[in-house]
Amino acid sequence: MSRIRLAACVALAATLCFALAPEAKADGHEVKVGVILGFTGPIESLTPDMAASAELALKEVSDSGAFLGGKALVPVRGDSTCIDAAAATAAAERLVTAEDVAAIFGADCSGVTIAITNNVAVPNGVVIISPSATSPALTTIEDNGLFFRTAPSDARQGQVIAELLIERGIDNVAVTYTNNDYGKGLDGSFGAAFAGLGGTVAISAAHEDGKGDYSAEVGALSASGAEHLLVFGYVDQGGKGIIQTSVDTGAFENFVVADGMIGDSLIEAIGDALTGTIGTAPGSDSAGAQMFLDHAAANGVDGDGPFRGESYDAAALIALSMQAAGSADRGAAAAKVLEVANAPGEPILPGELAKGLQILADGGDIDYVGASAVELTDVGEAAGSYAIMEVEGGAFVTKSYR
Amino acid sequence: MTDVANAVVLLMNFVIVPGVAYGSQLALGALGVTLVFGILRFANFSHGDVMAFGAMVVLLATWWFQGMDVGIAPLPTALIALPFGIVAAAAFNLSADRLVFRFYRRRKSPPVILLIASVGVMFALQGIVRFIIGPEDRRVADGARFLIKASEFKQATGLKEGLAIKLSQGLTVVVTVVAVAALFWFLHRTRAGKAMRAYSDNEDLALLSGVSPDRVVFYAWLIAGTLAAIAGTMYGIDKSFKPFTYFHLLLPIFASAILGGIGQPVGAVVGAFIVALSETAVTYAYKKFLRYLLPESWEPSGLMQLLSTDYKLAISFVILVVVLLVRPTGIFRGRVF
Repeated sequence: MSRIRLAACVALAATLCFALAPEAKADGHEVKVGVILGFTGPIESLTPDMAASAELALKEVSDSGAFLGGKALVPVRGDSTCIDAAAATAAAERLVTAEDVAAIFGADCSGVTIAITNNVAVPNGVVIISPSATSPALTTIEDNGLFFRTAPSDARQGQVIAELLIERGIDNVAVTYTNNDYGKGLDGSFGAAFAGLGGTVAISAAHEDGKGDYSAEVGALSASGAEHLLVFGYVDQGGKGIIQTSVDTGAFENFVVADGMIGDSLIEAIGDALTGTIGTAPGSDSAGAQMFLDHAAANGVDGDGPFRGESYDAAALIALSMQAAGSADRGAAAAKVLEVANAPGEPILPGELAKGLQILADGGDIDYVGASAVELTDVGEAAGSYAIMEVEGGAFVTKSYR
Repeated sequence: MTDVANAVVLLMNFVIVPGVAYGSQLALGALGVTLVFGILRFANFSHGDVMAFGAMVVLLATWWFQGMDVGIAPLPTALIALPFGIVAAAAFNLSADRLVFRFYRRRKSPPVILLIASVGVMFALQGIVRFIIGPEDRRVADGARFLIKASEFKQATGLKEGLAIKLSQGLTVVVTVVAVAALFWFLHRTRAGKAMRAYSDNEDLALLSGVSPDRVVFYAWLIAGTLAAIAGTMYGIDKSFKPFTYFHLLLPIFASAILGGIGQPVGAVVGAFIVALSETAVTYAYKKFLRYLLPESWEPSGLMQLLSTDYKLAISFVILVVVLLVRPTGIFRGRVF
């Protein structure tokens, strides 16, 4: 018993030491950055490439030799699980206390991102930049100016999908959403926008992820009489199950999916029946998007997929704002994120991080454009540009941007 | 007239067909639970995970067969791998009895102690399954997917509504009918089966008549394991194999067994179909169905859905509570201690 108590005291003392001496890490040659994504869980097929894209930016910064007088950025990975707020908080807590990271890249899904921001980032004063958390709730979170995202809020995505459907003459739809912050947020913003444009949501029903059987859900959705099914879910989870069951029973032939459902595994599982499916995911037709693809390919990373450009941009913003602050101290970077992300200044595209770091070191000003044409609003989130995709010949093909 | 046909097909497609397939899977599971209860007199909570264990072994054997290019297309390969799962699940049940349950049985522990012990076995088994194959969702079925495709049905009949019957659904029903028939033949026609029924009815009288308790217990575990492996595999073929969903099946399985009258094999089958069909029927939205049947001016504006699909699992709970309140012995007058 006494031994356990002793160990606890030592652990507590060690934690206090770290907490009280944040300047200690600025002395080392390395600056650690937490990379926290759902490496297991409902979007585990998306996260490896997101992490690779972020780590590409960190490596580029380290290799430039211009970061804070020649320091290196070292990624430390943690698993957000995408859905388990307690596990994500524990993982982030470990990164901040044990690994002593200077900033957090992540998390991915909205629920865990809210949990990490509230429980770890804000209490410890660590800047956190998410590439993919899109819940409208994060716009108004009490973050002390520490939370940013390179993904737009779903309030915007709901609006984009609603406008797109009305333009195509689709005004009566059935909606199913995954029962969490992401799904509910998107359902709410879409429903409001669609009703405002004169459309009717015949039924809006939640589905739980991880179930074996979705025939009851699909039965209820199809009974609404709508011919188009909107799925706001996850590609490796209930979203796929809903579409599979709909195709099997012949309940729906036309699907519209949001960003969480865009993935090759969906097409692999469903096959030809998916042809003509409309999808939206954050993306832009700026020069940066193509530059990022080339830059990623040259470094052995597949940059063509959801949230990969946003991941690169989020990691780049972490490095650039630390450079602008002239210090890798926790929190110092937060004040500089909007400054480096927005005009005025020299535009910085993917692969040009060394140039940006040099300009900042010389006291100049930059406007980071990056892969996703980053332009942050006052609350620190992307204004939002979306790629409209359609399934053609067994792949999601980008049709236009809005 | 076509309106009536459309309405019937609609209901078949979304309520009856999935309900009957699900009911067959529940029936196999509930038979195992009710049999163990009848002979050993405790509720075996590890049964759901024995189903997962059996299905896991079948899946491993399926991969082995697929690797050797052995198959019985268009039927799923998992069917020829089924014997491996049956042997494994039966062997697991027998060793669990030897290592855990026999100890408490010899001490004549009250049923609640055995029940808690079975919860322990359940957790251990969940760990074993996740160690061996992991928690991921995997597809078991291969070969043809449909007996009747929705689009082909529409073309053939000219109706507006399609009817889809998956090969796995048809297969599940056939396998269940065969398994249940074999079980009833065993219980009513063979010496061992009669001994089991005698032991279940009156333990002391059976013992005085020379029934060997060890043999009866051995057969009970053997049959429960066999049924669990078949149920788990059929569920996996029809939906997909994910260890966690088998744990979720436990509640509807117990609801079925208790509704039918626990300890009564016929009751387990009847109870399973009632639970499964009420799960699909109560959560179905009848708007489209009624639109076919009612005059146009009566068309309902709402969805005509009794309960949101979010509450699907709650239906088993409600059935369980109502049965225990109104008729605790169940439909076929099972035994309640």
